[in-house]
Amino acid sequence: MPIQYYIYFCLALFSIGIIGVLTRKNAIIVFMCVELMLNAVNLLLVAFSKMHHGAALAGNPATTVGIDGQLFVFFIMVVAAAEVSVGLAIIVMMYRNTHSVDINFLNRLKN
Amino acid sequence: MNAIIFSAVLGVVMMFSGIILRSKSAVTTTAIVSLLVLLLANIFNIYDVFSIHIDTRGLLHFNKFGLFFNTILIAATLIFVLLSGKDIEKAGANVSDYYALIFFVLCGTSILTSFNGLLMLFLGIEIMTIPLYILTGADKRNLKSNEASLKYFLMGCFSTGIMLMGIALVYGATGSFSLNVAASSPASAGMPVSSFLQMAGLILLFVSMCFKVSAAPFHFWTPDVYDGAPSVFTSFMATIVKAGGFFAFLNLFESNAQLLGATWKLLMSFVIIATLLIGNITAVFQQSIKRMMAYSSIAQAGFMLFALYSFNDMAKEGILLYAVAYCLATIGFFSVLIKVKDYTFDGFNGLAKTQPVIAFSATVFLMSLAGIPLTAGFFAKYYMLASVVKSGGSLWIVVVAVLFAAISVYYYFKVIQAMYFKEGQPETHEITGRFKTGLVLVAAAVILVGVLPSIVLNWFYF
Repeated sequence: MPIQYYIYFCLALFSIGIIGVLTRKNAIIVFMCVELMLNAVNLLLVAFSKMHHGAALAGNPATTVGIDGQLFVFFIMVVAAAEVSVGLAIIVMMYRNTHSVDINFLNRLKN
Repeated sequence: MNAIIFSAVLGVVMMFSGIILRSKSAVTTTAIVSLLVLLLANIFNIYDVFSIHIDTRGLLHFNKFGLFFNTILIAATLIFVLLSGKDIEKAGANVSDYYALIFFVLCGTSILTSFNGLLMLFLGIEIMTIPLYILTGADKRNLKSNEASLKYFLMGCFSTGIMLMGIALVYGATGSFSLNVAASSPASAGMPVSSFLQMAGLILLFVSMCFKVSAAPFHFWTPDVYDGAPSVFTSFMATIVKAGGFFAFLNLFESNAQLLGATWKLLMSFVIIATLLIGNITAVFQQSIKRMMAYSSIAQAGFMLFALYSFNDMAKEGILLYAVAYCLATIGFFSVLIKVKDYTFDGFNGLAKTQPVIAFSATVFLMSLAGIPLTAGFFAKYYMLASVVKSGGSLWIVVVAVLFAAISVYYYFKVIQAMYFKEGQPETHEITGRFKTGLVLVAAAVILVGVLPSIVLNWFYF
């Protein structure tokens, strides 16, 4: 499959994530949308990694070009896991105090 | 390498110190000793007295500028803990954890001052910000702290997502995560749009870095987060973390700015003017001094952005000097702010009568932030503007910056006016003699750097 399909697909996923972050009011759904953004990036990195690998393979059958892209994906997954643990703790902390996970609820408390 | 290893190990040590040590002040003492160790380890690394070498396959690159910048950040953290250690103890129940998180943040800034590729940039930014989300929400029962924490977390994740997309697009175009995007040739010739991908990736990286250093138009999270977080941690966030972010920003775009050509200067002047405008004008109308300081930190970020506009040696010296001046003054002023119970301007009324030493030091810090001559802030601003002139940049942007600096005098001096020329009985927390001595020393350092800026800069070339 041409690489363009992957790029369009990942950009679509990424845009859905961005729109979700900007429009949804539930903290957990916003958080899920952020995860969607990160996963779109993961997919794109793997696709590019394969593309670069495939291109280098023609010249040198034992090439390792493109491996770093897939390594990056592992780092993103680890960091995303750390972010999830901190983020869910923050959301739980907020729920304990307000009994709601609505982002607008917090804005009403301002001033 | 020293700073990265030591800060991570000492962070774990701090975590366990909470189990072993029963008293909170003992934990603070441990933190101060650990910070001294970290500072010495980093200084030894600069002069190659004792340094751990690990082959990182080009992921990290240690040069004198970065190491020196890191020394400044660690020293600023030390001053921060010395001045506000007692207030960190009061921020919540888990003192040792806060110190551990502060060390992890320092680990992140150590990576950011030495990264040599987009992978390490990403890891450094994340190691720096994830502990901060927790520190922002340290006051668990306070709704404002909760709100700040959640907002910071969501905005931080969002900008991380944008940064990752930028990195992925740059990778697609060039086939490597090397810092110098221009130098790495496209691996696959089969990509007709690779230069477009590269440009889009760089712009996304730019946007996400603007988020991290709170430059307009991506600054909107800053006032709420700085206002809601416990004041001690606001002080930490506004200084050390922001300076670390700036270094990464500078390092990332130093070699890549020319890819954007003339557009870069145009883009930067737009961002600088917008940041200065929003920071300064909004700060004028604030009722709470803490919130005013949040906007003032946006305004100061506008000045630091000049280093990215000009990218010459003078800009590098300028950002060093700015980091020193800004960190000293802001940490000092926040340590005073924490001692006052009421954060509005009226809360400072008559402070000069009841606490003359503290009021005088606060005046020095505010004058430094405003850029009055004989204080460190003056030369910091001077170097920034001179670097623009030297790089052949347009003069009108310098004029606009000076005008905004003049506006900033108004809101900084409003605090001085409240302290000296208004009657009132300010309520303060307990102020010890040690705190006063420390504060006077920091104020003296601000004046010393203001009179002889070469102290900092000669060290850099030494």
